[in-house]
Amino acid sequence: MIVIRLFIQTVFLALGQIWSNKVRAMLTTLGIIIGVAAVLSVVAGLTGLRGFVLKEFETFGARKVWAWGYVPEDLRTSVSWSDVKLSPYEIRLVKDNAPSIDRVTAMMGNRYDVSYGKRLQRGVETTGVWPDWHEIEGRTVIRGRELSRFDDEESRQVCLINEKAIEELNLPEDPTGEYLLVKGRRFLVIGVLETKQQSAMFGGGDSQSELIIPFNTQRQLNPYRWINMMAQLTTPDVADDARAEMRFILRKHRGLDPEDEDTFRIEVLQNAIDQFNGLAAGITAVAGAVVSIALLVGGIGIMNIMLVSVSERTREIGLRKAVGARPGVVLMQFLVEAVTLCVAGGVVGVTLGFGITEILKAIPNSPMSEAVVPDWAVYLSFGFCGLVGVVFGMFPAIKAARLNPIDALRHD
Amino acid sequence: MSQPLIAIRDLKKIYKMGAETVRALDGVDLDIFENEFVAIMGASGSGKSTLMNILGGLDQPTSGGYTLRGKPVGRMGASALARVRNREIGFVFQTFELLPRASSLKNVMLPMLYSSRHLFSARRRAKHALERVGLADRSGHRPNQLSGGQRQRVAVARALVNDPSILLADEPTGNLDTKTTDEIIGLFRKLHEEGQTIIIVTHEEDVAGYGDRIVRLRDGRVISDFPTSEDPVHQAWARRAEEVARSRVSKRDPVAMVEEAATGAASPSGAEVEP
Repeated sequence: MIVIRLFIQTVFLALGQIWSNKVRAMLTTLGIIIGVAAVLSVVAGLTGLRGFVLKEFETFGARKVWAWGYVPEDLRTSVSWSDVKLSPYEIRLVKDNAPSIDRVTAMMGNRYDVSYGKRLQRGVETTGVWPDWHEIEGRTVIRGRELSRFDDEESRQVCLINEKAIEELNLPEDPTGEYLLVKGRRFLVIGVLETKQQSAMFGGGDSQSELIIPFNTQRQLNPYRWINMMAQLTTPDVADDARAEMRFILRKHRGLDPEDEDTFRIEVLQNAIDQFNGLAAGITAVAGAVVSIALLVGGIGIMNIMLVSVSERTREIGLRKAVGARPGVVLMQFLVEAVTLCVAGGVVGVTLGFGITEILKAIPNSPMSEAVVPDWAVYLSFGFCGLVGVVFGMFPAIKAARLNPIDALRHD
Repeated sequence: MSQPLIAIRDLKKIYKMGAETVRALDGVDLDIFENEFVAIMGASGSGKSTLMNILGGLDQPTSGGYTLRGKPVGRMGASALARVRNREIGFVFQTFELLPRASSLKNVMLPMLYSSRHLFSARRRAKHALERVGLADRSGHRPNQLSGGQRQRVAVARALVNDPSILLADEPTGNLDTKTTDEIIGLFRKLHEEGQTIIIVTHEEDVAGYGDRIVRLRDGRVISDFPTSEDPVHQAWARRAEEVARSRVSKRDPVAMVEEAATGAASPSGAEVEP
């Protein structure tokens, strides 16, 4: 009871001390204020970035899996990349045998010079795909029709274009039924694709002219190009199952022995998320290190000012001891004062951190728009402030507690 | 005779300053009883401050015994001593030692902060203590809003608030003018009449004269210990002071001088001025 009353009185006393030395307290706690504000804004920024990235992943492929052929490092001398290229047969095999996989498409990309009338567009990104591509990529047509199985099976010279291509090739507003010249062949425009949702992360920014053609048609144009596979999971949480199934199917088909390495790679978005999380943790660690230094400097400032305070108030300490304050009580008084000072600095720092977060959020078109200070960061900040107060307040407090009351009362 | 409140036996305090040893107290024996008003006197270096520090539980003797109400204060640890200072001793200092930013009431409440005895009555007790020193109407004032005499009275109230066995005053009037000295000494007399045991450390004979008993120290030893009325040094001083006062009155009193000049009557100096 007495300890609680003493504690509360001491906190008020400390607040009074801080209030009567406002500027000094402010300067003293600057290190702590900056440290706390810095850590809060970094954490808030990262939290915002993380939310943003996860949302991007959700939109652009939480259900996607990619696979491609790959030559392991130690086989590079004996195996060529063309030996490990995925074949359409393998891709179909995966689709037919992996229960976690809904849809697949083979993908083969190339760049061609495309012309319409007198208009020539060089190096247009042209991708050959299976009809399921629409579903997996989430892109439908806004005019005309989608690719069909027959387009692919019959290797028809048809294409889908996007709005950018219409603009650049100066096609009519409804280009369906027009013919484009691609690598010297006439391609019928069958539809217009929805402009791809722009993602800052996946090479977004300005949209490019884009041509989508049947896979087999692409293969005939250029049989030796690389083939990727893109598949869709039944649900996002079966990513690990899908990976295992695909691995099993491909290894079996390729006749790999158990000790052989995979001659292909499977990438699920979860990996990318993990990578991002690792990166975020790294940034947090670096920020943490910087903040530790700020807190260390701040703590030394606190220690310094507490030593000044002890020496300024030597007579007061003497008096308190003369009227019956035990050494432990004096120790507590100065410790509480140091902690109060630090926590007061923490309050200012946290407020500043929230302010900086608001500024981050206000930056237009930035991935920080969802920056938010998590609760744990606030608690952690106050925890650290308290800790700094205890650690760096201890030495001055011990000094005060050990003062001889007679000398203290005689001190000027 | 009853048990003494304070019993000091062969008390020694020896400081080592480099190669030199200073015997601040060199075998002091002293008994102080309940409701005494004792003045401890001595020149600087006589050991009176050291004695006061030991009496107040601020310092420990090198050897010898000091018991307060039968408790061996001379052999206590730091925490137990703090408890004795809190409950048994009320300090009054020459320089008041009030907390500048706290009101009179808060200053008086300070000792109760370090004791669980008057947890819920602290404010009431502090107000009562301020009433005893006649400052009930100044409880909200800060020290810088008070006169020197009032500050010292707040300090006395603070010393009284825990009902101490001894009120220990170290040169309580050293920073005060004559008029406020009288005021504070008057307060001490009043408290003494109410039953408070008071020990004053001073080097002023007139202040010491208000006590019942004068203990004189020199070189760490008690050289005399008499009731005030029997103390030869004090009596000699009092006679001399009276003479000085008379001659000063006769020489400085302009009315007497004018009358003297007018009547031409050369009456012996001061004989008729003092009734």
